[in-house]
Amino acid sequence: MEKLEEILNQGLSAFAAIDNPADLDQVKSRFIGKNGALTEILKGLGKLSAEDRPAAGARINEVKDRLEQALAARRDALREEQLQAQLAKESLDVTLPGRGAGRGGMHPVTRTLERIEALFHSIGFEVAQGPEIETDFYNFTALNIPENHPARAMHDTFYVDARHVLRTHTSPVQVRYMEGNQPPLKIIAPGRVFRVDSDATHSPMFHQVEGLWVDEEISFANLKGVVQDFLQRFFERDDLQVRFRPSFFPFTEPSAEMDMSWKGGWLEIGGCGMVHPNVLKHVNIDSEKYIGFAFGLGVERLAMLRYGVNDLRLFFENDLKFLKQFN
Amino acid sequence: MKFSENWLRTYVNPALDSDQLAHALTMAGLEVEGLESVAPAFENIVVAEVLSLEKHPNADRLNVCLVNVGTPEPLQIVCGAANVHAGARVPCARVGAELPGISIKQAKVRGVESFGMLCSAKELGLAEESSGLMLLPADAPVGVSIRSYLELDDHLFTLKLTPNRSDCLGMLGVAREVAAVTGSRLERGQNFEPVKATVADKLEIDVAESTACPRYCGRVMRGVNLTATTPDWMVRRLERSDVRSINSIVDITNYVMLELGQPLHAFDLARLKGGIQVRFARPGEQLTLLNQQNVKLDPDMLVIADESAALALAGVMGGESSAVSDGTTDIFLESAYFNPDVIAGKARRLGLSTDSSYRFERGVDFAATRTALERAAELIQQICGGDAGEVTEMIGKLPQREAIVLRADRARRVLGIDLGVDTISSILQRLDFKFTELNGVFRVIPPSYRFDLSIEVDLIEELARLHGYDHIPALPPCSTLSLLPQDESLQGLGQIRQLLIARDYQEVVTYSFVDKEWEADLAGNETPVVLQNPIASQLGVMRSTLFGGLLDVLRFNLNRKHERVRIFEVGRCFAAGESGYAQPQRVAALSFGSVKAEQWGETLRHADYFDIKSDLEALCYPIELGFVAATHPALHPGQSAKILLNEEPVGWIGVLHPRWQQKYDLPQSAVMFEIDLAALMQRKIPVFSEISKFPTVRRDLAVVVDDAVNVQELLDGMRKHLPVMVTDLKLFDVYRGKGIDLGKKSLAFKVLMQDTQKTLTDDEVETVMANIKDILATRFNATLRV
Repeated sequence: MEKLEEILNQGLSAFAAIDNPADLDQVKSRFIGKNGALTEILKGLGKLSAEDRPAAGARINEVKDRLEQALAARRDALREEQLQAQLAKESLDVTLPGRGAGRGGMHPVTRTLERIEALFHSIGFEVAQGPEIETDFYNFTALNIPENHPARAMHDTFYVDARHVLRTHTSPVQVRYMEGNQPPLKIIAPGRVFRVDSDATHSPMFHQVEGLWVDEEISFANLKGVVQDFLQRFFERDDLQVRFRPSFFPFTEPSAEMDMSWKGGWLEIGGCGMVHPNVLKHVNIDSEKYIGFAFGLGVERLAMLRYGVNDLRLFFENDLKFLKQFN
Repeated sequence: MKFSENWLRTYVNPALDSDQLAHALTMAGLEVEGLESVAPAFENIVVAEVLSLEKHPNADRLNVCLVNVGTPEPLQIVCGAANVHAGARVPCARVGAELPGISIKQAKVRGVESFGMLCSAKELGLAEESSGLMLLPADAPVGVSIRSYLELDDHLFTLKLTPNRSDCLGMLGVAREVAAVTGSRLERGQNFEPVKATVADKLEIDVAESTACPRYCGRVMRGVNLTATTPDWMVRRLERSDVRSINSIVDITNYVMLELGQPLHAFDLARLKGGIQVRFARPGEQLTLLNQQNVKLDPDMLVIADESAALALAGVMGGESSAVSDGTTDIFLESAYFNPDVIAGKARRLGLSTDSSYRFERGVDFAATRTALERAAELIQQICGGDAGEVTEMIGKLPQREAIVLRADRARRVLGIDLGVDTISSILQRLDFKFTELNGVFRVIPPSYRFDLSIEVDLIEELARLHGYDHIPALPPCSTLSLLPQDESLQGLGQIRQLLIARDYQEVVTYSFVDKEWEADLAGNETPVVLQNPIASQLGVMRSTLFGGLLDVLRFNLNRKHERVRIFEVGRCFAAGESGYAQPQRVAALSFGSVKAEQWGETLRHADYFDIKSDLEALCYPIELGFVAATHPALHPGQSAKILLNEEPVGWIGVLHPRWQQKYDLPQSAVMFEIDLAALMQRKIPVFSEISKFPTVRRDLAVVVDDAVNVQELLDGMRKHLPVMVTDLKLFDVYRGKGIDLGKKSLAFKVLMQDTQKTLTDDEVETVMANIKDILATRFNATLRV
């Protein structure tokens, strides 16, 4: 039995000395393998008396269990050690930047337009479009601006030929849309417009959003309501004041200029009014039954105010240092 | 319209200060775009007379003057102005006066006491520049404050008038508006005493075109002294309206125009032959205008003529040959009403814009034609003397002011506020409109000076304006709701943009008009759509491709030290067509420099054709585009392709042609594509198909073909003949080099096969592969690579 004690001690210390899981199996066989020391003793069990045999067998099994436990513990310890070593080796500088492609961005005018479209879409406005080379008829005549009307001089028009111009406003889209659709209708028409004008505060090309709502009970008060609601949502300022001033556009009546409160003063933000009966007549909409309002907003102006841009020309220079500020 | 506030207040004097008045006008639709003081705030400056002067003992350029400022004792003042002289009347700033930037104190100038300062116009803030003292007329009252003498306590109002309000192109009109808006009383109307005829002379007047000229008044005035000085008050009012004083007659006609809005013209009677005719110009007729411009008249231009020739372009400008001059003694004075449609556009056609045409085009009060003539004659007699002849007046078909029906209920619907009959009546009264009312229905006759009132809504606007837009509430609309349509077979522009952005492209917006040269270079377009009046010659034509703008942005940013530029634009391109202009929206992208931004994790590699092609394919996924090698003016002939969608060409992709790389000075090439937006927006609506439970078989196949064979053709050729069990066929390797003959390439394909009903047998698989090999061998001369 003393031998048993010795085997146990030898086994325990042999396991502890191993630092490689593969060697562990080899060492294991020395003690509890087929030809291991313990097996040898087990073989000698038959020589013992029947009385001694159970106690000795129990003792051997106890030693075997202890050796196996020690072996498993050692194996786990070694695995854990190995895992820890691997983990230590595999550790990264997690602060290094992510690999691969970057991300571009939207032009600030588009960003602004998307914001405007989303706001109007939220109360059911559809987006309509029209051509940029526009006929004289849609740009002027159908909007109640006959030839030689002094109002034509208000638009510094680019001419393409005797009958075509670069649209001076997005209002022709109103007419085109109403030709193909019957009320009730609500649209916005965003897009490029052109005027022969170029200096620090004017660009020969800029963007407008036209809005149109025609229905049986639509009033000037509603026009004020919608425009004010829009500007307050756009600028995310409930205290934003909107002022309407009488003005003149041949295609609306009553007409108004819209001003909004800004840094203690008023800033002109666009024009609007009730759709003129002559415009409705051109598109065969009964102006007795239907009433509509229309408005036009300057997109760059809104973008400049929203994002604090101080020079209109930046929008079309396309300096990446400028554009990336809006990403 | 620019005018003196003091002048306006002689007509109507509301209890508002200048700012309040300006605000009231602006909120009534007469936008005050300028309000400025005539002179800076200063006091203690008076009219003074230089009594005598002597040289300053210690300074050559200074004089020591004795000046009478209206006090018992004259003042001693040192003055350095060159034009100072005894007897001169000049503004004198007395001790204690504050001028812009100068405080006047009693001081010693080079040892001589000085008790004030004689002033120039600049020192008073009345002029930008001045040379010497401001010399006043000899009768300027000594001792009187210069502010009251020159009427400097005044403001200049500049109105930005809309084209519909021609009635406010005269002081009387503005005054009427102020009276209506503020509820103040109009002090003076336009009732001028007729000037008595004291000579019998008159001209025959023949108005052949009484529709074009429905009213014409004229009279002769004899013995008029044109050298008479225009009175200061009139010169001042003219100047404050930016009208320069010319001579007394011209000043008076201009003054009456500013006062009443009626343009007038004075002819030199001695230079007229026979009577006056109002007719259209004759074919080939010419006229030298007052500005010396010789114009060829068109037959739709109305002229004032005598027996022999055209004298004036009606409503636009007088002629040189009959103009008054200093030697003129007898004049023929004209006041007429011309139909706006006849005058409109004529001045512009000749490159002119005159005060007269500006008014006639917009409409002049046809009821005041004669009044204005009387008013002018009165002023001429007062200022230039002379005798007036009888007024000859021809009246044709004047505009009719028909009653307009105005329904209170309609006003309520349009404005969204119920004004009520009483408020409407009161507004119409303030506007001085004649009307009747029965059961909420008004019949309103607009006045002769309003050309913007002909239908009901014109009057509704007047109600809103006078009630005040501010007093109409802002209300959300009430409306029937219905959902908006959503076309699932299209992907939105927003999504396309987001895809490009996700692939590291930055959106740009460039001008729709471009340099003609770009069009020639990059689109081979020698006949672009040309602008008739471009803003600059290099922005003279409409783009037919977005490439020009992208390259321009690339160069702009390379000049600012960017090394990697990936940009895209969405916009219309233009081409003249049979009927009108084609204006498709396109999407174009450009990649320059490395595929990815410089980073630690990857080796940099210049973007090439296949990089940008994958970006393009991602935009359409899962719809497959076709690519056919083809040449495009902007692109490298060996690295460019026409893009096809359903066999139709929809765009171009390729590497910038080395010629343009050199010409546009790019350090390396750029890769670009341009495609119709409509093509990119196509999207499949998914249709479910059964997922097979049986295993997929993969077979790889490597073949060697001529280098010239296109992979697309190979794939198309194979796909056409494949059974349905082939679920995918893809190229996974291209190899040239060792083991492959020169001029050949090895292509490796993977073929995936699967049946929905059973597991495929080896025989079936091998049959398909044999079939594919057969197609490749016979159609493309491919040999199997082993």
